[in-house]
Amino acid sequence: MLRLALKMLLGDRAKYIMLIGGLTFSSLLMTQQRAVFNGLVSWTTSHMRNMRASIWVVESRVEQVNETKALRDTDVNRVRSVSLVDYAVPLFQNVVKARSSDGSDKQVQLIGLDAGTLKGRPTQMLSGGDEALARLRIANNVIVDVVAAQRLSAVRGKPLKIGDTFEINDREARVVGICKTEPHFFGYPYVFTSYDQALQYAPRQRKMLSMILAEPKEGHTAYEVSRQIEQETGLKAYTVPEFEKATVNWVWKNTGIPVSFLTTIILGFVVGVAVAGQTFYSFVLENLKHLGALKAMGAGNLLISAMLFVQAFTVGLIGYGIGIGITAVFGFLVRPIGQPPFLITLQDLTGTLFSILIICFLAAVFGILKVARLEPAVVFRG
Amino acid sequence: MPADLSPTTVARPATELAVRASGVVKAFGVGDARTVALKGADFSARQGELHLVVGPSGCGKTTLLSVVAGTLDWDEGRVDVFGTSLDGLKRSAITDFRRRNVGFIFQQFNLIPTLNLTENVSVPLLLNGRGRKVAESKAQELLKRVGLGGKETKRPTQLSGGQQQRVAIARALVHEPRLVICDEPTSALDSETGHQIMDLLATAARAPGRCVVIVTHDPRIYGYADRITQMEDGRVRAVLEGEPLQRFVQSTH
Repeated sequence: MLRLALKMLLGDRAKYIMLIGGLTFSSLLMTQQRAVFNGLVSWTTSHMRNMRASIWVVESRVEQVNETKALRDTDVNRVRSVSLVDYAVPLFQNVVKARSSDGSDKQVQLIGLDAGTLKGRPTQMLSGGDEALARLRIANNVIVDVVAAQRLSAVRGKPLKIGDTFEINDREARVVGICKTEPHFFGYPYVFTSYDQALQYAPRQRKMLSMILAEPKEGHTAYEVSRQIEQETGLKAYTVPEFEKATVNWVWKNTGIPVSFLTTIILGFVVGVAVAGQTFYSFVLENLKHLGALKAMGAGNLLISAMLFVQAFTVGLIGYGIGIGITAVFGFLVRPIGQPPFLITLQDLTGTLFSILIICFLAAVFGILKVARLEPAVVFRG
Repeated sequence: MPADLSPTTVARPATELAVRASGVVKAFGVGDARTVALKGADFSARQGELHLVVGPSGCGKTTLLSVVAGTLDWDEGRVDVFGTSLDGLKRSAITDFRRRNVGFIFQQFNLIPTLNLTENVSVPLLLNGRGRKVAESKAQELLKRVGLGGKETKRPTQLSGGQQQRVAIARALVHEPRLVICDEPTSALDSETGHQIMDLLATAARAPGRCVVIVTHDPRIYGYADRITQMEDGRVRAVLEGEPLQRFVQSTH
């Protein structure tokens, strides 16, 4: 009977296509929006992955990685003096204006790395190689990321290449390498230079040290050392998971991004319930006399319910599959350009599947409630 | 003309009771809207009999048919079908009983339009737990016997009204039910097709241990009846057989 139930549904082409369409759209909306949201959230912590340090020491009021509250220069030595710290280096980070040869300005994320260790240096050099990293120690030399290269090329009207120059706060910056980085949450291109050079580029302020990157001594965990740093210096020390969590929490609390995405995801669910529920209910209503006839012939409510569930879950799984497929195609298309951010996880796929199954369950239950109340004798009343 | 719809066409003396309903009361609605459809109706039908229930609209024919078929609860009275008392049976037990023992033929055929003829006819067997192959094989056999051999893969919408009613007859008989309930089986058909359908039902009714009960308004088919129950205002007014039945049939022509 379950096979015949499917044939009953497949035979009604219009309803079948509408159900699949509604569930596909719902599945697509929920998964695609989750993936973009995940991508965006991953961008919020991309700075940490670009810098790669086990311990991030910041001013005690800093809540997330993209926030800077300057430290005193002496704080580096205070952290170094903590017994479990293997080494600690200063990091400068600030948004500054980069001016191209034609006078156009672009805002960039300037990163000043400790010249001795180059801790936080780019990992993926596209041109210039390791030599470029070494040349960062020479005055006025910078490494730009692909985004910076593209933006500066656009305003110059020709591709930026090694040896080209531009200005940062009226000081010359010479490109010695181009690297690839994960996109910054605020979309700023990265420009890497040495810490001392960064201080030359940036507008002079009383305190210039943005953060301290530290590593624990062998045999000690980042967590353990972070707590010791906090205890002995009064500064805030985050491990990577702690800083990621704090950053994501900050985004949830302080931006409308999650609410906006959540609204769209809920909308996807509601659209699914509305379209699938209404279409399936209308399918049940149109087949009421046949279902009544089946009841008269001895089909119990349990069997009729099973038939409706099989119909609903079948279209649900098909719609889910198509929706996921379209989302995957979307992901492959945007991946090379990196916009919008896209990160799909197994939890997203499972979550959408669960949501679609709930939609189908609700759609089937509406129909089942109608059929369960149906007296078999109704078939004799015309 | 297909003739054989039963394991044997030898008529048996129609004496053993197939259905006995006594003092059946059934009301619909509550308060001012309450309508009593059956007011103590007594009805019986014998095995091997084609029994017609006739009467004006609203007299309770269809309600009586629904009660006898076990598709509608009643308020008072007793109903026995082939020795099984339906009184006090749980709804699930009545459903089981119906599934095994009752075949249905509806005025509007009620065939499922998205299934082919074989699938439509095999439904009662599938409901009774028979395998798909067995059910479809039996369904095709029945379709041949009602004169629709070669059309097994057609959809109901590709057939005429008479052909659809033949499919409905095949579906009603495929699981060899003892009681066949027909609701106005010829009212949607022209005269010639109606007679063909009645020939099939009359043949089916002759099967041993079977009874066919037909509710109808159609005087063209009165001549097929072994007995006729006349209803009026929720009660049985008369049961006609023999000479009185012949006079009644002639009077309606």
